[in-house]
Order: sequence, then C-alpha cells, then structure tokens
Amino acid sequence: MKCRACRGPAVIDLPAHNANFCVEHFLAFCRDQVSKAITKHEMLRPDERVLVAVSGGKDSLALWDLLVDLGYQADGFVIGLGIGEYSDASTGFARAYAEQRGLTLLETSLRDDHGFDIPTAAKATRRVPCSACGLSKRHLFDRAALDGGYDAVATGHNLDDEAAVLFGNTLRWSTEYLARQRPVLPARDGFPRKIKPLIRLGEREMAAYCVLRGIDYIVEECPMAAGNKHLRYKEALNAIEAESPGSKHAFYHEFLARAVDRFADGAPAAGEDGHLGACERCGAPSTNEVCAFCLLVERTASAVPVSLGETRWARR
Amino acid sequence: MKVLLRNPRRELEVEGPVRVDTLLQRLEIDRGSVLVIRNRELVPGDAELADDDEVEVRPVISGGA
Repeated sequence: MKCRACRGPAVIDLPAHNANFCVEHFLAFCRDQVSKAITKHEMLRPDERVLVAVSGGKDSLALWDLLVDLGYQADGFVIGLGIGEYSDASTGFARAYAEQRGLTLLETSLRDDHGFDIPTAAKATRRVPCSACGLSKRHLFDRAALDGGYDAVATGHNLDDEAAVLFGNTLRWSTEYLARQRPVLPARDGFPRKIKPLIRLGEREMAAYCVLRGIDYIVEECPMAAGNKHLRYKEALNAIEAESPGSKHAFYHEFLARAVDRFADGAPAAGEDGHLGACERCGAPSTNEVCAFCLLVERTASAVPVSLGETRWARR
Repeated sequence: MKVLLRNPRRELEVEGPVRVDTLLQRLEIDRGSVLVIRNRELVPGDAELADDDEVEVRPVISGGA
C-alpha cells in the first residue's frame, strides 16, 4: 500500500476516502479535517479559549492534541466518574498526557466534590448509567467553562458517534433531537458554546492518530456502556460502511447540509419550550426551580455507594 | 506470533508468516473496527506479520456519546 500523497509506504487505509496514507500525511489529513470542520461550521476563532472535555479515551485526547497543534488555546477538563478502576485509569491517562505536553488539566470528582458516583446514581435513579453520566458531564462541563471564562466547550464526538446518534434519532423520528443535532450549539441563556470538531473523522482514524502520535489512552470499553443501544447502532452502520464506504459520512453530513434546518423550522425556539430560569441551588440555567443535576445530587445523597464488583475491566 | 486481543483481553498464539488482512479474516474480525499494531507500530492490511512479531488487534469502537 502506498501513500496517496507521497507514494511512500502507507500505514493506514481509509476506504471512506479511497486513500492510504503514510504517518506524516495521515497526521496532516487529520489536522486538515479538523480545521475544515472548525472553519465551515464557525466553531472557534483563533483568539478564543476552549475547554476540552477529556475522558482519557482516544477521541478526547486526540481532539486536545489536534486543537493545540492547530494553535488554539485549549485546556482540558476531566471528571472522576467513580466507575471503579476504569475511571481511575481513564483519569490517569488524561493526567499523563497533560503532564507530558505541559498542558493545563482541570479536574473534578463526582464522589469527592458532589457526593455520588455513576454506579450509585444509576441504582438510585433506576435508569441506565449513561443517563446519569451524560447529565453530570453536561452540567459540570458547562459550569467549568463558564467559571473559567472559556469561549467554548469542545467534545470528542466523532463521525461514528454522530452518525450513530442520528441513526437512533431517525429510527424514532425524534424531531426535537434531530433539530438540535448540530456540530455547534451557540452560547445562550447561561450555557457555553458547544463544538464538535471531530465530525469529519471516524473513530478508527482517532485511534490511529493516538497510536501514531504516541498518545496512550484507555483502550478498554467503559464497563457500564457494554451492550448499550449506541454500540448496536454503530455496529449496524459499520456493516453498511463495509459494503459501501463513505455511507456514514454521507448520512451525517448530508443531514447537516439538507435536512437539519427542516427539523429546526418546526422545533420550539430557545425559551419557548419552558421558562429558563436559574437553579435555586447552583444557579445553572434550568426550566425548574432545581436543575436536574442538583436533583441527582439530592437523590443520591442518602444512597449506599454501589460496588462495581468484578467487571470486564477488573478481569483484564 | 503472540496476538493480543481486547475486550476481553486475551492472547492467542498464531503461526506466521501471515498477512494482516488474512489474520483478521481468520479471526472473523471486521477490518474497519480495529487497528493492527506490530511492535508498537501501526501496520496496514497488506503487511506481512512474522512468527516472532508481537501483534495487538485493538478495537476502536467506543460506547459513549
């Protein structure tokens, strides 16, 4: 296999792009794709400060690396989720990356700073762990960005993530979610701007980027995410992609180009779907007197901490 | 050669030499959902793996959204 750019030995094939690349040109390709996404969707200006939501996984560490490489002022923020050894290891990778690169990593811990962890929250609320996890992350990333005066929060959602979410939303015709599934959500009513600069790159590219850049990340899957719907949607889309390379890119990017505005036309505008006030406990924007995160803190306050027991991660 | 698989983590002994894409076919693994790493270096589908190589087949799909 030869590199499309220089005809030297290739290290990776990208069927969706009908291309193979050597190390140098693959890294340049990744930078170009992120740069294109940022420019096309007006995600960030060169002088703006961005807070990267870091998990210790491949996507968020690659994103942080790419943003810094492109010259953005990017700090990281990691949340200790309390998912046993898995969370400890994940946070460890984030710390190691920041230390090696001399970058600023902000940290918070659900258990130490808010009195609960994800396994306990899942049991107390009787909902899937990903629900409490997503809620906590959104709340804490928003708060950290606003407290730190950052212009935007960047998340490592890649093309595979966005295509899988779009697939799920389309299967159920969840029009309100479809209307909001954009790579940039502007700042409004106490929420910071949210951006997804990896929407032109798949997770295989992100994993390869980390390997080639010498970025160590947590390879093991979250023990609480195993078998979730999102993973099944990804497997279904990967089966289609194997037969028809480029399908995921077309599915998501043609949705942005041709369909998302049609859903937005029928969706309630910001503020119309309920009065947005401030949470009486933490001040975060909320349609209720107490925001969902503070309610979660309250519901878990008296819960007995859940031990994860032996997980796939612990058995490694 | 030693082949490390993940999720769950396990090790296989596979006789070399063998091409990367042939190895993945034998293991019934979709090429698009993994990276193959030899001695800490990424290798493409047409690379030949030798008997004394240490190989990792690393999954790339993650569940968070």
